[in-house]
Amino acid sequence: MAHIKVEENIPGIRSLVLFRPETGKPLYDLAQVLLRGPSSLSEAERELIAAYVSYRNECIFCMSSHAAAARCLYGPDKNLVDEVLHDMQQSGASDKLKALLHIAGKVQVLGREVTPEDIAAARMLGADDREIHDTVLIAAAFSMFNRYVDGLASFTPTDPAVYEAMGERMAKGYVLPASPEPK
Amino acid sequence: MPHINFNNDFPGIRSAMAYSPVTAAPMGVLAEILLRSEDGLSRAERELIGTYVSYLNDCFYCNHSHGAIACIYLDGDNELVEQVRKDYSKAPVSDKLKSLLAIAAKVQRGGKNVTTADVELAKEKGATDKDIHDTVLIAAAFCMFNRYVDGLATITPSDMDSYPLRAKQIVDNGYGNYVFTSKQPT
Repeated sequence: MAHIKVEENIPGIRSLVLFRPETGKPLYDLAQVLLRGPSSLSEAERELIAAYVSYRNECIFCMSSHAAAARCLYGPDKNLVDEVLHDMQQSGASDKLKALLHIAGKVQVLGREVTPEDIAAARMLGADDREIHDTVLIAAAFSMFNRYVDGLASFTPTDPAVYEAMGERMAKGYVLPASPEPK
Repeated sequence: MPHINFNNDFPGIRSAMAYSPVTAAPMGVLAEILLRSEDGLSRAERELIGTYVSYLNDCFYCNHSHGAIACIYLDGDNELVEQVRKDYSKAPVSDKLKSLLAIAAKVQRGGKNVTTADVELAKEKGATDKDIHDTVLIAAAFCMFNRYVDGLATITPSDMDSYPLRAKQIVDNGYGNYVFTSKQPT
């Protein structure tokens, strides 16, 4: 049960933003612009970074839902998501994406962990300033979302089908929910 | 030196926000509500939670920026800010705030560390559900801000006299994109 009185059986962050829509609005706006806004990283890649950071933070709700969104966005290449979550370095991700995921993993630990060498390696593989910026901010933002969701012990569904449906909705974008039931 | 070229020489998070105003906008709105709402927790208490989490995350820029803001709300009592950083359990703050700082510290390490007992204690000391919500989200948000600032190696001003100037700007005008679109306080 959640640590505060939120509507029962509403999963994860949805229950929290319904409890406090005032803070929910900028949180959803941030997710939308970071994960769906203009970027040279694809939406699928950005969701994968989010899922990877959530996996490292052991946040089952965020990991499962963003992995589902990433699978949906990768379409025929969806196996890449599970490969990355299983063993990022051995996955079929491009070297550039691996370098960015490596930076995201450092940010997950703490900002200071990112070294000039990590950045240089990502650049050598083709990452530009904007992509490095977006990677760091996605990883930082999920270090927030994960703590918000788990710090208040929000409801974490266990049925994979629930996440699959969630991922399909999330693939379309992030809009602050006005009611407990998804449209 | 910052990890990327921000095309500006603003300090700390301001440089990253100026580089990316579209992501800065919701972050500014979030900070404004979380740190300047006066419902339940005072502005001083909110800034102390942000300062303490930044201290635990070893983020010099955020720790000292928000410490300076808290100090203004506390009528210049920088000693109290320092006591909270070093050992809040011995600081002259309410038992309610102590119990919330304990929750914030747990969130800093990872959300799952917060226990039912932590939350029950805070409620016993007078915290409402909204106070607990805001404490968890402030602590979580600083785990983002701190990583954004240090993960891109933004410039950390070494001139400690500059922190109260920027702090006064926030106390007077709040959070928002103006912090990087208008002239830096001198």
